[in-house]
Amino acid sequence: MALTEQEILAGLGKIVNEITGIPASEVTPEKSFVDDLDIDSLSMVEIAVAAQDEFGVEIPDDQLKHLKTVKDVINFIQA
Amino acid sequence: MSNDRVVVVTGIGATTPVGGDAASSWSALLDGRSGVRALTEDWIDSVPVKFAGVAAVDPGDVLPRPEARRLDRAEQFALIAAREAWQDAGKPEVDPTRLGVAVGSGIGGITTILNAYDLFKEKGWNRLSPFTVPMLMPNGSAGWISIEIGARAGTHSPVSACATGAEGIAYGVQMIKDGRADVVVAGGTEAAIHPLNVASFAAMRAMSTRNDEPARASRPFDKGRDGFVLGEGAGIVVLESEEHARARGAKIYAVAAGAGYSSDAHHIAQPEPTGAGIQTAMRRALEAAGLTGADIVHVNAHATSTPAGDVVETIAIKDSVGTHPLVTSTKSMTGHLLGGAGGIESVFTILALNERVVPPTINVDDLDDGIEVDIVRAEPRKLPGGQIAAVNNSFGFGGHNVAVVFTSV
Repeated sequence: MALTEQEILAGLGKIVNEITGIPASEVTPEKSFVDDLDIDSLSMVEIAVAAQDEFGVEIPDDQLKHLKTVKDVINFIQA
Repeated sequence: MSNDRVVVVTGIGATTPVGGDAASSWSALLDGRSGVRALTEDWIDSVPVKFAGVAAVDPGDVLPRPEARRLDRAEQFALIAAREAWQDAGKPEVDPTRLGVAVGSGIGGITTILNAYDLFKEKGWNRLSPFTVPMLMPNGSAGWISIEIGARAGTHSPVSACATGAEGIAYGVQMIKDGRADVVVAGGTEAAIHPLNVASFAAMRAMSTRNDEPARASRPFDKGRDGFVLGEGAGIVVLESEEHARARGAKIYAVAAGAGYSSDAHHIAQPEPTGAGIQTAMRRALEAAGLTGADIVHVNAHATSTPAGDVVETIAIKDSVGTHPLVTSTKSMTGHLLGGAGGIESVFTILALNERVVPPTINVDDLDDGIEVDIVRAEPRKLPGGQIAAVNNSFGFGGHNVAVVFTSV
């Protein structure tokens, strides 16, 4: 069953908070992980692996570098 | 030593089995309180040693979780102690290219390595934390501290087993004397209470197995000692050129007057039986500090409570310095922090000079034969007024001997 954008956003917020300490409320669709949330590439790998576990999708490394905003990840998971 | 730059200590920090910071650790030592306790981990039945000097304050209770999860436990201790020392020094304003770090660990992130290997075998490579490498590397603590304070003069991590912490401080002193830096954050850290470490040290027959009395197991200089007790934590100091410290009106704890080194070239783990190497290191430290044995009023001994080491060290102290200094082994209360030992014990040596009191060696019920130096037993003892000096000894597997001399302000 497909998750809604809100459900994915809530899950991502939790993951980002767990890994970086950034409040989940700051994790909004338009935010860029690097430019807005100041998340480094190693932490992005952790977030991607956690998201794969949480949402049951594979995020290949060559795709990860294209996922720049929170919305990009939501779209990827929904696709 | 050719260089005449004077190096002073302007900040101290420690997290140890007897306290979560330098002040609480120090007051526990003066009270003669042991930090050694029985372990309750599920692996305890697989090893012959069932106790350790566990950190009094768990670093997970101090650091925010997102920060803690990317640090090995040894790095957590180092960062906590470094923050305390830096704060204590008044967070000095210093040109980043004149600010250095010299912090090492004897073993490095061994718990990270072992846990990561378990995870790798169970779940595969892509479940490993991307921070696995920076967590396991023994220079990780120094790197994190350099980022924290913006140190760009050079970040170094001596690795010399149980002499590591003292060597870090000695290296930091030299950086300032050589004119490479004005301020250096220096010391040592260790977090090795893992069943494989316990088993490996037990396989050497190096550890005490006094399982029925953990708090009485670490008993340096006592006839009944049967090995060292593993401890964990970190000790860090802020070293500063006297000129820099005076210019900013910093509080000065002590002068880091000089260090001496030697190596035994004898056996990979056993002390050289005549103590010649220890004597050489202590004599060189005196020479570097421009002092004689008569100036030394206190020695914080390496004495780990192993049958082979403690008496030899006292003989070397007698021969190189004399029988007059008040000698103590704070390991009787903290256990042996390996790479962290020289860090915390330098902090304790500095505090002893500063407060003019020497904490006791506990558990010395029956002083071993052949000890002619003045061991402080049971109760703290006062140091004299006036200009005084003290030595912190640290020795490591591999034959490393390091002695660091501090003098009162």
